[in-house]
Amino acid sequence: MTKKVLIVDDEANIVISLEFLMQQAGYQVEIARNGEDALTVVNEFKPDLVLLDVMMPKVNGFDVCQKIRDNAELEDTKIIMLTAKGRDVEVAKGMALGANSYVIKPFSTKQLVLEVQRVLEES
Amino acid sequence: MMLQGGIILFVSFAYIGILFAIAHYSDKRADAGRSVISNPYIYSLSLAVYCTAWTFYGSVGHAASTGIGFLPIYLGPTLMAALWYLVMRKIIRISKLHHITSIADFISSRYGKSSSLAGLVTIIAVVGIIPYISLQLEAVSTSFAVMWEHSEIAATVPRNNMTIFSDTAFYVALLLAMFAIIFGTRHLDTTERHEGLVAAIGFESIVKLLAFLVVGFYITYGIFNGFGDIFTRASQVPELQTLFTMENAGTYTDWTWLMFLSMMAIMFLPRQFQMTVVENVNEKHLDKAIWMLPLYLLLINIFVLPIALGGRLLFPSGVVDADTFVLTIPISQGQEELALLVFLGGLSAATGMVIVATVSLSTMVSNELIMPALLHFGPLRLSKSRDLGGVLLTIRRSTIIIVLLLGYVYFRATGTSYTLVSIGLISFAAVAQFAPSIFGGIYWKTGNHLGAITGLSAGFVMWTYTLFLPSLAESGYLSPSFIASGPFGIELLKPYALLGLSGLNPITHSLFWSMLVNVGGYMILSLVGRQTIIEHSQAAQFVDIYKQAEDNDIRLWRSTSSVPVIRSILEQFLSPARVDEALNQYAQKRNLDWSKDDVADTELINYAERLLAGSVGSASARVLIASAVKEEPVSMDEMMYMLDETSKVIAYSRELEQKSRELELATSELRAANEQLKQVDRLKDDFISTVTHELRTPLTSIRAFSEILYDNPDLDSAQRSKFMNIILKENERLTRLINNVLDLSKIESGKMEWHLTTLDLKEVIEESVATVEQLIKEENITLDLDLSEPTSLTVSDRDRITQVLLNLLSNAIKFCDRENGKITVRLGEVDEQLSVSVLDNGPGIKLENQELIFDKFRQVGDTLTDKPQGTGLGLPICRQIITHFGGDLWVESRPGNGSKFIFTLPVVAPNEDGSDNEPDYTPPIFANGQTQKEQG
Amino acid sequence: MNRFVIRGQRLIAIFFIGCLLFNYPLLSLFSTTGMLWGIPILYIYAFTSWLIIIVLMFIAIKLRH
Repeated sequence: MTKKVLIVDDEANIVISLEFLMQQAGYQVEIARNGEDALTVVNEFKPDLVLLDVMMPKVNGFDVCQKIRDNAELEDTKIIMLTAKGRDVEVAKGMALGANSYVIKPFSTKQLVLEVQRVLEES
Repeated sequence: MMLQGGIILFVSFAYIGILFAIAHYSDKRADAGRSVISNPYIYSLSLAVYCTAWTFYGSVGHAASTGIGFLPIYLGPTLMAALWYLVMRKIIRISKLHHITSIADFISSRYGKSSSLAGLVTIIAVVGIIPYISLQLEAVSTSFAVMWEHSEIAATVPRNNMTIFSDTAFYVALLLAMFAIIFGTRHLDTTERHEGLVAAIGFESIVKLLAFLVVGFYITYGIFNGFGDIFTRASQVPELQTLFTMENAGTYTDWTWLMFLSMMAIMFLPRQFQMTVVENVNEKHLDKAIWMLPLYLLLINIFVLPIALGGRLLFPSGVVDADTFVLTIPISQGQEELALLVFLGGLSAATGMVIVATVSLSTMVSNELIMPALLHFGPLRLSKSRDLGGVLLTIRRSTIIIVLLLGYVYFRATGTSYTLVSIGLISFAAVAQFAPSIFGGIYWKTGNHLGAITGLSAGFVMWTYTLFLPSLAESGYLSPSFIASGPFGIELLKPYALLGLSGLNPITHSLFWSMLVNVGGYMILSLVGRQTIIEHSQAAQFVDIYKQAEDNDIRLWRSTSSVPVIRSILEQFLSPARVDEALNQYAQKRNLDWSKDDVADTELINYAERLLAGSVGSASARVLIASAVKEEPVSMDEMMYMLDETSKVIAYSRELEQKSRELELATSELRAANEQLKQVDRLKDDFISTVTHELRTPLTSIRAFSEILYDNPDLDSAQRSKFMNIILKENERLTRLINNVLDLSKIESGKMEWHLTTLDLKEVIEESVATVEQLIKEENITLDLDLSEPTSLTVSDRDRITQVLLNLLSNAIKFCDRENGKITVRLGEVDEQLSVSVLDNGPGIKLENQELIFDKFRQVGDTLTDKPQGTGLGLPICRQIITHFGGDLWVESRPGNGSKFIFTLPVVAPNEDGSDNEPDYTPPIFANGQTQKEQG
Repeated sequence: MNRFVIRGQRLIAIFFIGCLLFNYPLLSLFSTTGMLWGIPILYIYAFTSWLIIIVLMFIAIKLRH
């Protein structure tokens, strides 16, 4: 069964690259371009994994992460945070909020894909 | 005839000559500014003026009949010295601040500068001290007689039979008067300090101590075999053995009262006050005197008992007056030179006392009695007579003579019916009357004028009745029945047993009653009566002396006068040089210039009053100043103000409050500054982390697509070129961002290089529009240029203004209506300001966001679509540039109606030299685009 | 300021010690005809106490704290 990945980022070009990479890796991909969209999409799409950008206007990545974790139906959804600030505090905050892993921008495409695979295989 | 009278006189005058030399020398030194007396040792020695002929001759006499009964007179001062650190220091501090010249001045000053009180104190002091002066006359003339006639009977010559002119005492009195006049009244000084006098007295203290120690040592070790020998031999005589105990030393009650009496005497005898307080050069000297004076007293008393007992052992009982033992013992042993030394010691003890006492009394009499009287009623009323200083000196000199003659008269009156010690104690009891008013005055603010007058008068009357009158009665000048059965035979009024109080010796008896009425009267009337404003003020100043600084004196003269008037008053009493000096000092302290400021304000008047007080006493000074100064009526408000000011405590606590308020203010300012710094720090942090984020974003895309392209060589060409295009776009974005950040940081840190030229904005706008023309066409936007208005030139950096214009134009293009885009650019001039506006017909900006868009990295609206193009730094940079050139950049917009960005630049007239008229902005102008580097 | 206060208080204490030493009843204890080293005990007592008081004052003034 094809695993489902939801990409949440407000940077169009990054979304394009992530979409390409995930599709190439054989996942079913859905896209949300901001935090608000992400919260609706995540309920319908029920992804196995969310690639979640932290720095977004209005509803940011942390908020999205927290909402997902608050939702019992989304218990099994894995979350990888994408952070551009690369500060320890941000990473720690994301992990504390229930993210499964994090990737720092700019990322190596291979490592990103490997990380997605690793997280999805965890159970 | 053991010693030629001539030799004695010669030695006496030679000794006095030495004293003059010392006094003259130290006066000279003082004038040269190198005071000899300004050290604690001379100060302590000068306080030993306490030891007079009474000590020198009388102690032995007293000890010969009472054993250690003479000691309370020295133990009292020893103990009092311990308290000096608190009490005397305070008195000295007060006196210095208020230019106090005598004890009368001190008391009157404390109770509202009252002339009546000053007069009363002066009278008490004069009358009280007369017995004491007579004591010195008696001692000196007796010692003369003993030396002259080397006769044991000298002391018993019936003086009443002599004529005045054959009486040595009379000549002694004249001699001492001359002495005192020459020493004490040579010149007038604002502080009534006499350097030469103090030095001479210090020297006299050394002489009398040495003389006494030498004769004591001679008697103890020369005639006898040391202390043990004398006492052992005395112990074998039953009559003398009783002197080993307290048996003859008076009752314990008398003993205690005597100690108390001498405690008061060491402080309040006019001569002690003169030396301790008035002549004090430095408050710190008191510290050493506290233990040195008692040490001196101990030393001069060490041989008293051996001499007394030795004399009793050597001479048959009653043949030789014990008061002359120090002199008669060496004479009896044929030690003429030693006897001469002792005589000199006695002379120095007596002269020291007489000189200082008369000087201080004459100061009081002239300042507190005669001057105020003359000023009030006499012909001297104000500045009619010029040389008041001369009058003052004459008064003082006459006073000295009169006081000594009064002493002589008392001496003649009482004859030899008293021992030296009992005469001295009468004086002690008189000056003890000052104690309640002074102690109350410096520790009890409620103590008032009425209380002081009442207490002093009552005490003085009681003293006169119970001591002074009986002393005359015992000499036969009043009926002896006055003592024996009371006046008019009323037993209850017997002066030595008032109301039947018996069992005390006359001194103790008198002291008890006089203190009772004195303290009682003082306290009761102080508690009942009220204080005037000036009293209230002085009370506060005296009691709270340690809380005051010299320069915030209380203003009591609500008045003004002119400086010349003040000067002329001062010059009547002080030398013009001294007046000049004092006024210049004053002016210097307050940065005044007498040639310009000739209004004497309250402060100057008070200053003048204090100066004058130093020379004529505070009561006289007040009268003088009052006559010269038109006192303005004091309004109720001012009165309240003065009352407020008067209570220094309030002022003090206010000051404290003020200080703490200031401190609080400073603290909160600091806190605010700190908060601001933190804020700046936070902003900087935010900025850096935002920049980091903004840099990482394009980098992420670039890296991701580069890897994708690299890893997937088989991508179809459409996708391939799409990805390549993204990489290029992100690269551009990155470059733009880096440039912007650099620009911003340069502008903010002032390191931006500005290339200033005179600009015609019309040209710049046309150029900029040309740059974006292509883009405008592609987007199908209508451009409306309105540059018709004729405009002035400005001075600016062409490239930077172009940058601003391009930024505004590209924003306009970006936000224009997608279908029917329209941009209007307009140039105009209003009030010396050129204004450029760029209007689009896009969605507009909400009011609350109109300022936010000028913040760094603040982008408003649907950012997703626009983000690749904007860095979030464009508008902030534009605003910084425009602000730098003295203009303004803002936006006017209503949602739905497009946005209008407007910036202004100041007009600069195209002068030849390029100077500019814009006051707010003044960049140096360089023709033809010369570079000017901004200084941070 | 504090130093002045402390020093003042020490001197007050010395004053009271002195008052005690030189008054009834302590004084009466030594009022005997007895002698020590050939000197009446009362004299020794009076002058020694006197000296002690002076030394105490000297120390109180000298002491810094």
